[in-house]
Amino acid sequence: MTTPSEPVLLAEEENTAADMTSVSRGRLVLRRFFRRRMAVLGLFIVVLLVFLAFVGPHLTQWSYTEFDVNNVYSQPSSSHWFGTNDLGQDMFARTMRGLQKSIFIGLIGAVISTGVAGVLGAIAGYFGRAADRAVVVLIDLLLILPSFLIIAVTSPLFVGKTWLIFVVLLAAFQWMLTARVVRGLTQSLKEREFVSAARFMGVPARKIIARHILPNMASFLIIDATVNVSSLILAEVALSYFGFGIRPPDVSLGSLIGQYANNADTYPWLFWIPSTVLVVLVLAVNLVGDGLRDALDPNSVIS
Amino acid sequence: MVRFLIRRIVYLVILVAVATTLAYLLAGTQLNPRLRFEGRNPPPSEASITATLDELNMNPDTPVLQRYAKWVNGVFHGDLGETILGQSVNQQISTRIWVSLRLVLIGSIIGAIVGCAIGAYGAVKQYRLSDHVATILSFVVLSIPTVVLCKLVQLLGTSINSATGETANGSQIFYTVGEYSPGQGSWTSFSDVVDRLQHGVLPTLVLVIAAAAFYSRYQRSSMLDVLGQDFLRTAQAKGLTRTRALIKHGLRTALIPLTTFFSYNLALLFIGSTFVEIIFSWHGMGEYLVTSITTQDINSTAATTLFVAVLVLLAGFLSDIAYAALDPRVRVS
Repeated sequence: MTTPSEPVLLAEEENTAADMTSVSRGRLVLRRFFRRRMAVLGLFIVVLLVFLAFVGPHLTQWSYTEFDVNNVYSQPSSSHWFGTNDLGQDMFARTMRGLQKSIFIGLIGAVISTGVAGVLGAIAGYFGRAADRAVVVLIDLLLILPSFLIIAVTSPLFVGKTWLIFVVLLAAFQWMLTARVVRGLTQSLKEREFVSAARFMGVPARKIIARHILPNMASFLIIDATVNVSSLILAEVALSYFGFGIRPPDVSLGSLIGQYANNADTYPWLFWIPSTVLVVLVLAVNLVGDGLRDALDPNSVIS
Repeated sequence: MVRFLIRRIVYLVILVAVATTLAYLLAGTQLNPRLRFEGRNPPPSEASITATLDELNMNPDTPVLQRYAKWVNGVFHGDLGETILGQSVNQQISTRIWVSLRLVLIGSIIGAIVGCAIGAYGAVKQYRLSDHVATILSFVVLSIPTVVLCKLVQLLGTSINSATGETANGSQIFYTVGEYSPGQGSWTSFSDVVDRLQHGVLPTLVLVIAAAAFYSRYQRSSMLDVLGQDFLRTAQAKGLTRTRALIKHGLRTALIPLTTFFSYNLALLFIGSTFVEIIFSWHGMGEYLVTSITTQDINSTAATTLFVAVLVLLAGFLSDIAYAALDPRVRVS
């Protein structure tokens, strides 16, 4: 395996030459990104929420597992900012903890799913033949298996185990469409001169993939990973609604939303506050993703 | 060409078989139907539970492959087995399909039309206020989990109800639960149809909002691509007004990629409306998919997987056909 910094460097060199300008590609992308107000707003909100998720729990005296038995179902007040639930647990502490977990799920899951998509897609596209066929069958099979079924049926096996298994499961059903695109891109890149040159020089295949193929679709992979963050956070909400996600005593925004969906009318703060936080988070990530797409994709200069 | 098609179909059938087998083996070994009966009050005797499970072909003591062979044999004879309550799975699916179809078809057609209209209009008025508002709104909607969207629409419905004043006998404009009021399930009388409408508006609205947000994004970018093309200028040079050129030549071309999306999503929405069905208590296919697992129902789980697998493949076919039918360039090559 090569270090990740190397391929990125190569990509930058190549693109600056193509751009024929004195500014580096990185700076060009940054400039384009910061020109878009909504994307900057999104980035600002994401940073704010990440900050809040880690600093927030220290701002309140309550921990997310603590019971305040004298204040059950209390409305948002000065001592419980987001109110309390049926057991007297502080909803602010729980929401912050859930936010932390949801951010982790989104980030880790996105890295896994885009990583798997990149590697498997490139292998299928570069080697062709049996490897290609195997990956294509795997993609087709995972696309027709309902992910909900697999995760729901297998989730009892992971009770008491780390929540990271759950993230891996979520990511396992997220990579297929990206892998298809990577496979197609690889097939066309494989015909290009610089790949042939490397091959004739005797560079081993896995180095060609890591240094020449994947860096050339870096923009696509970055955009895909960003979009995956928000879709994984949303997928977690869906599963948690049925009780197959993060398990108590731990919480995620999804498990809070799922747990209190039926209390939305009677104890509105229990449902609507975590929901609002989640929507703001996903929206901000989506705005960043959209801004990145415009900044990284050269075709976006139509405007 | 024929050989290619046959090979393709054989491949797809094998995929469906593998997926269904995996689902059956997974469900057959991981689900525990016994739990379902032990929880009853008064609890039935051990022997009677075993007898019932044997009857249903769900006894965990029978080797899973033997149970699977029996189930597959039934499937080849057109029988998907029995649910955990002893009902016929075929019966369940055939009634539930129509429930989902009513909900999904209306919701996604209206949603697609609204979404395409918004997207096309936004592209024509790019960077105007209306475009910005539509873009931001669709971004917000796409960031809302379906659960929350359903609850929002329910809230809207109940607040309209209370604003218009619910009368003492409980009559209201919108219902948030069920497909029809108890005892009013028919299609024959006028009042029953109205009752169904009162129940149907809110869940359909959820689907419309979600679909419109989705399609408006794609339609906008597809339309933007078309707007820069030469044939639009040619059409105007021929003497068409801008609006006519945009609608007759621009919109039509921009709709082609959307149609593949639409036909693909339409088939998938059978199961995609799971949340809407569960939150609004409609007994459709999406709900079945989830309840079959939560009720430890092995046969139903495998049957719904088979249904979904066939659906996904049909959706792929449907979108290919739609694409070929609409785009002459595909047909010629």
